[in-house]
Parts: sequence; C-alpha cells; structure tokens
Amino acid sequence: MVDFGFSINKDRQIDFDNADRRIIEYVAKEESTIAICLICGACTATCSAGNFTDFNIRKITNMIRVGEIENLKEEIKKCMLCGKCQLVCPRGVNTRNIILKINEAIKIFHE
Amino acid sequence: MKKVVVIGGGIAGMEGSTYLKSMGYDVTLIEKNSQLGGHLLKWEKLFPTMRLGKDVVNFLNDGIKISDVNVLLNTEVVKAEKNGNEYIIELNNGQKLNADAVLVATGYDTFNASQKEEYGYGVYDNVITSAELEELFTSGKTLTTPSGKVPKRIGFVHCVGSRDEKVGNIYCSKVCCVTAVKQSIEIKEKLPDVEVYCFYMDLRMFGMHFEALYREAQEKWGINFIRGRLSEACENIDHSLVVKVEDTLAGKPLKMNVDLLVLMVGIVPSQGTKDIGRIFGLEFGVNGFLKSLDQHMANSNSNVPGIFYAGTCVAPRPINNTFVDARSAAVMVASYLENYKVEGRINTINN
Repeated sequence: MVDFGFSINKDRQIDFDNADRRIIEYVAKEESTIAICLICGACTATCSAGNFTDFNIRKITNMIRVGEIENLKEEIKKCMLCGKCQLVCPRGVNTRNIILKINEAIKIFHE
Repeated sequence: MKKVVVIGGGIAGMEGSTYLKSMGYDVTLIEKNSQLGGHLLKWEKLFPTMRLGKDVVNFLNDGIKISDVNVLLNTEVVKAEKNGNEYIIELNNGQKLNADAVLVATGYDTFNASQKEEYGYGVYDNVITSAELEELFTSGKTLTTPSGKVPKRIGFVHCVGSRDEKVGNIYCSKVCCVTAVKQSIEIKEKLPDVEVYCFYMDLRMFGMHFEALYREAQEKWGINFIRGRLSEACENIDHSLVVKVEDTLAGKPLKMNVDLLVLMVGIVPSQGTKDIGRIFGLEFGVNGFLKSLDQHMANSNSNVPGIFYAGTCVAPRPINNTFVDARSAAVMVASYLENYKVEGRINTINN
C-alpha cells in the first residue's frame, strides 16, 4: 500500500472505565496514606531528583489514580529515595513508600 | 410595647423572633408555609457533625414556644406603607399589622439546576440535585437511582449555579463543598461498595472541622476527588451517564460512566427575598441578595431605617453563622428601637 504519510492520533482522553487501575489499587492497599494526598505539589517543589530531571512525584501520584501508567517504570527510577518529599508533606503521606510500592506493583502486574 | 414584625420562619426568623420577644418586644413572625423551619425541615443530617436537622428544628421551636412568639402561618406580606416611624404591613389574608421595626429573614432558594442544561437535569432520569438526595435520605427509603438501580458509581458535581458567570452567579455558595463531602460519606455508609467521585474546582473547607471531614472522606471512606469542572453529561441507553471533565491535575480530558449524578446546587436569593425587597424599597447587591448597609460594620442594617436583615437573604451562609447572625440582628433591632447611644455610629456610616 502506498504510504501517503497520514497517521491517526491516539486519543488523549482518559477512558476511566477501561483504565488499568491495578497499580493504584495495589498501592492504596499497601500504603493507604496515598488516599489523603491533596496533590498540592509541595513534594515536587522540594524534590532533589526533580531539580535535575523531569521527575514529578505529584504528577505520578495523580496519574496512577486514573490509570495513566505509561513509562512509569522509567519515571520512578529517577527518584533518589531521599525522603525530603515526606518531610514537607502537609498531610504526612508516606511518599517514599509510595514509590517503593509502585515499583513492587510494576513487578507484579507488568513484568 | 414596641412592635416587631419578622418575615420568614426559617432558622434566622425563628431565632431572631425568639430573642426579640425575650427582650420584651411584641413580636409577630410571618411564615408563608404551613410549618416553621424552612429548608431545614427537608435536611436529614448537618455538616460537619452529622447532627440531625430535626434537633435544630426542635431547638428553634422550643425558643418560639418558651418566649411565646405570635406566629402567623400560611401568611405573606402583600403591601407595606410607612406612617411616621411606623410601618403598616398588609397581609394576604387582609389583616394589617403595625410595626416599629421589621426583621427580614426571607432566605434563599436552591439554584434551578435545569439552567445548567449541559448537565441534563430534568432531561436525564438519573441526574438529581443535592437537595433531592437529602430528601431521599430523610425519607429513609433505600438508596436507588431514579431508574430503580442500586448505583455502583456516583458522581458529585460541585459549583452548580455557583462561581459561574454563564448563569449569572459569580459568587461562592459556601455550603455546597462540605455538603458534597457529607453526602458522599452518607452514601458510603449506606452502600459501602459504591464508588464515589467528586468533581470540583477548589474544595473550600473554610469552616471548623470541615477539613477534618474532607480528610475522613478520603482516608476512611475512600471517596475520590477529581479536580476539574464537568463540561457535560450524556445519557447511555441503559440510563447511566457519561460525564466529561478535564482532570486538571493530570492535564488530560477524562470520561467516566456513573449511575447517578448529583448536582451540588448553589444558593440564590429566594423569591420571597426579591418580593420583600421590592415591597420595602430595599437595596439589592450585585449578586441579587439584599444589600447590607455596610459589609463589615452593619451587616444587619438596610438602607431603610427600621428594616433589618438576618440570615441568607443577605448572602449564602451555613447554619451556625445564621444563628449568630439572627441573634446579632436582634441586638441591632433593639439598638434602633431603644435608640442606644451607640446607634449614632450606624447613622454616620458612609457607604
């Protein structure tokens, strides 16, 4: 077939009913404080890794809730587990453990 | 004995009457419905403590009874005239009342949700308002959708008729955010397996213990909050609904099916507030509520000497603030009637 150079864009819309929610369900069970995250971004503002890479823990926390998990494995590798995020969290979310639990969930469901 | 007429038998009117009568004035409370209590009669539980609305109604009724306020039910004001410092108020039953002061407590109506046509209220079966959900709670019936299904997923839409120039209401109605949190928790109590999603722009948890209730909703009840204002709801063939919203924290549009959609309707000035305002020549503010003489220093005073305000005819407010406001209004009425020395301060307010 002749390639005319046209392509179809992937739908950007999150289809919540068909979203892969296994990771958030696993993390919510193992580290329940994720439920009280306000998504305020204090963690991300203080993040050591975020100062030098595009690592964004606030965004990851929100994205897994709606099943947006592309490149998740690569993303969490940027975290240095320094725990500064946990110190600034206004609600005491165990952010560091969330990263560890996401890592576990990826191993269980996607490897 | 000086005479005070109180218009509106909701929380503000009842509490204002109780204290004015206790202070020694001849008080007549006018209520257009057949029962005192206003909107509160339809409200099962109150935020943030889950106290029964009934308890508050009983407390208010006790006040009316103990202080022996003269109550006129099924009565409305049709006309008012001024004669010297006195008002002559004509009622729909032909009766005329004299008043040295009038306390307006005509309250609010809930926003007419069919004005937000993109949410399909009045068109789709399973779109209801927060007030209707509360009535369902009060009725004690099992929680099903209007099409008779036990819901698996419920959506709450915040700010319906509030902070929305498109419907002409630019203000925040104050009580809906925490009401959504309260009602979500109640739903989870009744149906533990249901998923609840709240769609919000901001969560305005300004009151004492509101933030704690919000945290409880997330921590204990697993209620989900998605930041974004719903753009539309469409009906599926099985009468469930597809909602479209941007998850603004993800920066992506999102669609989701829900079995029941609850619209958190805002507070608008009641028809009674508009009518009474016109009858007495009262000034309205930009949001259509009655305008206080001064927002900081003379909330209960109007532009007309002898006419005072209490409660939500001035602005949206929660019940605790309405109580405080009504009692405070009673003091301002007394100050006017007794011409306290401090009354001069009010007369010199330049707004």
